[in-house]
Amino acid sequence: MASASLLKSSPVLDKPDFVKGQPLLRLQPAVLAVRSHPVSSSPLSIRASSYADELVKTAKTVASPGRGILAMDESNATCGKRLASIGLENTEANRQAYRTLLVTAPGLGQYISGAILFEETLYQSTVDGRKIVDVLVEQGIVPGIKVDKGLVPLAGSNNESWCQGLDGLASRSASYYQQGARFAKWRTIVSIPNGPSALAVKEAAWGLARYAAISQDNGLVPIVEPEILLDGEHGIERTFEVAQKVWAEVFFYLAENNVLFEGILLKPSMVTPGAECKDKVAPEVVASYTLNLLKRRIPPAVPGIMFLSGGQSEVEATLNLNAMNQAPNPWHVSFSYARALQNTCLKTWGGRPENVKAAQDALLLRAKANSLAQLGKYTGEGESEEAKEGMFVKGYSY
Amino acid sequence: MSCYRGKYADELIKNAAYIATPGKGILAADESTGTIGKRLASISVENVESNRRALRELLFTAPGALQYLSGVILFEETLYQKTAAGKPFVDVLNEGGVLPGIKVDKGTVELAGTNGETTTQGLDGLADRCKKYYEAGARFAKWRAVLKIGPTEPSQLAINENANGLARYAIICQENGLVPIVEPEILVDGPHDINKCADVTERVLAACYKALNDHHVLLEGTLLKPNMVTPGSDAKKVAPEVIAEHTVRALQRTMPAAVPAVVFLSGGQSEEEATLNLNAMNKLPGKKPWTLSFSFGRALQQSTLKAWAGKDENIGKAQAALLARCKANSEATLGKYEGGGALSEGAAESLHVKDYKY
Repeated sequence: MASASLLKSSPVLDKPDFVKGQPLLRLQPAVLAVRSHPVSSSPLSIRASSYADELVKTAKTVASPGRGILAMDESNATCGKRLASIGLENTEANRQAYRTLLVTAPGLGQYISGAILFEETLYQSTVDGRKIVDVLVEQGIVPGIKVDKGLVPLAGSNNESWCQGLDGLASRSASYYQQGARFAKWRTIVSIPNGPSALAVKEAAWGLARYAAISQDNGLVPIVEPEILLDGEHGIERTFEVAQKVWAEVFFYLAENNVLFEGILLKPSMVTPGAECKDKVAPEVVASYTLNLLKRRIPPAVPGIMFLSGGQSEVEATLNLNAMNQAPNPWHVSFSYARALQNTCLKTWGGRPENVKAAQDALLLRAKANSLAQLGKYTGEGESEEAKEGMFVKGYSY
Repeated sequence: MSCYRGKYADELIKNAAYIATPGKGILAADESTGTIGKRLASISVENVESNRRALRELLFTAPGALQYLSGVILFEETLYQKTAAGKPFVDVLNEGGVLPGIKVDKGTVELAGTNGETTTQGLDGLADRCKKYYEAGARFAKWRAVLKIGPTEPSQLAINENANGLARYAIICQENGLVPIVEPEILVDGPHDINKCADVTERVLAACYKALNDHHVLLEGTLLKPNMVTPGSDAKKVAPEVIAEHTVRALQRTMPAAVPAVVFLSGGQSEEEATLNLNAMNKLPGKKPWTLSFSFGRALQQSTLKAWAGKDENIGKAQAALLARCKANSEATLGKYEGGGALSEGAAESLHVKDYKY
């Protein structure tokens, strides 16, 4: 007899239309699938793939105390925007110069356990001819690779997006592994002002689960990143509600796809009010909501939770992380920051060779601050005004 | 239930309804370059573009054949090809009252963590490709998902993943003006009996329609291309009436009446078998609110291919063979096929290839 699929109770919208500011909530009773012929349990329920041990070890290394991830995987187009902001042309040479500056910062590996690269960078050398991947490994930093192919409009949704990149992913992952990558990253987004619709949440979660399974099969630890965008006027309660739904669905599909939880990392957004919400909250409040979310939805088997900064200022991102590490957590709670690590560094460099050392110092300063925050020991002394400037960009795409 | 209501909605409904015209069906001529190579090799013809073009020209210009067809599925290369005299195939088909269709999937890959099950690729950049194909004259698309029957197959993961892929493909097509043919083929390989096939088919179709609804697909603007419900290839054969009964019942239980037509795949049945089974379904009394028709590849082309054997002097004979099969299947959609008659060479030959990949 036909079996119905699992229907889950859902506080998010099932219809694409909604009344602005007053989302229509429809709670549906959870109904379990009834099958007339029980499917015998697969002998392959958690896959002990040939990479299982290595995946667990890599994940633990990235999730080591006092360290976090430097996200430097801006696509060429996005890197172009960064370079343009300091008056530089978007050429391969300039991108190479900038990435060289970042990866050769002396002692970076004390605070940084992993670096996410864009494909071009994975195959690049520094300006003095050493492979970037080798430089990172020497610094004690695990190289990672962005594998998604960006966001496109989601047909049938409320102007929402979905993430492409599954076609040929297995062979691409295998090539990246050969080149030295040991973890991967895939960023999909969920938008609260647009609903989110049940379809968008489902598509985001399912895409992540498929990507994660394929990555693990090819030796890469998948970073699972469903970014709930900061855009919107909603308060922190609404973010909390949506985040709970998204993470429940993500973990359900990860399980369905037989993903090894000990071999993944998460990259969530913190639970904060929307960027245009009138009620700002203190870091302790962000920490409290975010930790509640994690406790309710993230199995302790997951070794590391590396937060994204999503437009917070450098200092905000550090303060919030610090507030979350004031008591022991069942998982390593850390950072995977791009703008919140690079902003001051980039501005200091301004494209000039004579500024390289100062720029690297700026990077190390932020890396150290976040390292301390990971240990719950950040004091915020001596922070510049620049570092406190918000970096929120409405409708940000990167 | 909210579903696609964009600018192509009326056109999609119209084109799907046209394909559902009783007395007509689809010729699946979308073999990839690799697969058509196998067909050509079987008649000792070299797999070069000119031969592929010549074969397809033979098919599309067969006198009298197009009247029995509502659509032809093409491979990308063929969509842009012309007759030897320089007329685009798309024009030949349109003039014959036949809608051009296009295969848009990029083949199957193994599903990690399963026992050799697969998922179908092709979603990346699909919207842009559909736009291009619409501009070139295509009006429907096809995407083949594959499942198999085994002791622990199909797994729920394989069912969910393939159903989801079909639904994503379907809505992207509709947004770009192409009627999606939804094809969840359950392979015939195996020793299982007809009841097992029926059970699996029902579960798979239920999952497909759940996914299509979740993705807001306009059902009136789609077609279904399922397998018939039959015993496995290694099990004892049954009569066409038994196949008809199990197949129609499975559809009654899972396929919404909003879908205008079912265009069955032949999946390795011989030309004659496929026609007899289709005929039996159309003779069966009972509730059948959709057209039951065909979308045959091998089961329309087998005798034609053999008759042609790559030689120009055989073109007439080959085209006559195609006409005979098209006419037979047209009659079968009306429940009027008398069967037997002068079968061309190869018409009764089984076309089953174990673990078929194409």
